[in-house]
Amino acid sequence: MEVETPVLGRCGVTDVNLDGIPAQVSASGIEGGWLQTSPEYHMKRLLAAGSGPIYQVSKVFRNGERGRRHNPEFSMLEWYRPGFDDRELMTEVSDLVCGWLGCERPEVLYYRDAVKTWAHVDPFESTERELMRRCEEWLEPEQLAGLGRDGCLDLLMSFAVEPNLGIDRPVFITGYPASQASLARVSEHQGYPVAHRFELYVRGLELCNGYWELTDPIEQRRRFEADNHQRRLSGEPEMPIDDAFLAALEQGLPDCAGVALGLDRLLMLKLGAEDISEVLAFPFERA
Amino acid sequence: MASYSTNEFRGGLKVLLDGDPCIILENEFVKPGKGQAFNRVKLRNLMTNRVWERTFKSGESLEAADVIEQDMEYLYTDGEFWHFMKTDGSFEQYPADAKAVGDTVKWLKEQDVYTVTLYNGAPLTVSPPNFVELEVVDTDPGMKGDTAQGGSKPATLSTGAVVNVPLFITIGEVLKVDTRTGEYVSRVKSS
Repeated sequence: MEVETPVLGRCGVTDVNLDGIPAQVSASGIEGGWLQTSPEYHMKRLLAAGSGPIYQVSKVFRNGERGRRHNPEFSMLEWYRPGFDDRELMTEVSDLVCGWLGCERPEVLYYRDAVKTWAHVDPFESTERELMRRCEEWLEPEQLAGLGRDGCLDLLMSFAVEPNLGIDRPVFITGYPASQASLARVSEHQGYPVAHRFELYVRGLELCNGYWELTDPIEQRRRFEADNHQRRLSGEPEMPIDDAFLAALEQGLPDCAGVALGLDRLLMLKLGAEDISEVLAFPFERA
Repeated sequence: MASYSTNEFRGGLKVLLDGDPCIILENEFVKPGKGQAFNRVKLRNLMTNRVWERTFKSGESLEAADVIEQDMEYLYTDGEFWHFMKTDGSFEQYPADAKAVGDTVKWLKEQDVYTVTLYNGAPLTVSPPNFVELEVVDTDPGMKGDTAQGGSKPATLSTGAVVNVPLFITIGEVLKVDTRTGEYVSRVKSS
């Protein structure tokens, strides 16, 4: 079923690396609001209310993100499949993406193997010191202070790994470190806790992010609070926790998998565009 | 002094890096969907002209460099400094040293207008316009009948610059020269 959920919400997200765009709303005694970084929370509230499988195309907003592959406003195709796990949803994503792009079906690569292959460190076994030393190829030692384990891994992913992903054929990266699980459930793989999270890369371009969704409200609240703790440590403003979303999880989110796919980037791949501006009539500077 | 955070980075921005004034040439924003954002930045160091590539964490900032470009008229040299004057009617003068003038020295003609880059109020570099018009002060006489062959010979201009010119050019003629390539473009009709 196609659904439509608010672009303007009362809450933003706690994610440490996602900056929402605040809106100065004043209505029904409520002040403030946020342009949504993704329709995820609202869609999960519909799922908890018994919607069954749902999808939507919506505009989403992320502050500060502008570059060859980013525009602060972009289009997202997001859908949820009750009863699916991450593997089943990956199959559906590849049907859709590779069917439309006419490309080979993706191979599946574990995050750990990808980082070991191209960044030559082990994301689970290497010490933080070793990760930092590896990052000195890009950052000065004083910049590395405070970056943390995940920050180092993000840097290596961006500069050492991503450019190699999906060149010959598309690739799913899966089995992310538990610290990067976000809203995915975590289970053990090869003795490490890994997230049931996947991303699809085509020709070095990150196209989508999917989860076998976490349904446990207690664990979800713990992750939100951990985000805010991290925000406090790095001097970022704390974000209010979306209680309506957590209430929906408490009521019962059905077992499901969900994925968000960047439509502008999909169009870039279809057209062979190098810059997202080529597929936007009005990129932000001209909007 | 003001500073710029990574969100404000863009081509043309002048910033201080390792104490030197730099101009941002390219700024690439890189971010894994849920992860830490970085900016990969190419900068030209305005002191050395070297191009640097640096990575910044999103949210880091660089101090703004007090660098401005101004049109100025070249007045004269006293042997140590080359003196320029603002063209805005203020008559303010700025002495540029040999390092600032650099290779532009061979295109400096009194009363012509140049772009002077000021760093903290002092000339950092002097750039010539793309084309200058200069008089030939010395060249071998051209040989009759050689024009069709398109041969060339060196000619010394009033500023001391030496350019290759067609054989028919004679002393006293004014030439248009492309300063980017140092090549002869055409003769200028004397008025």
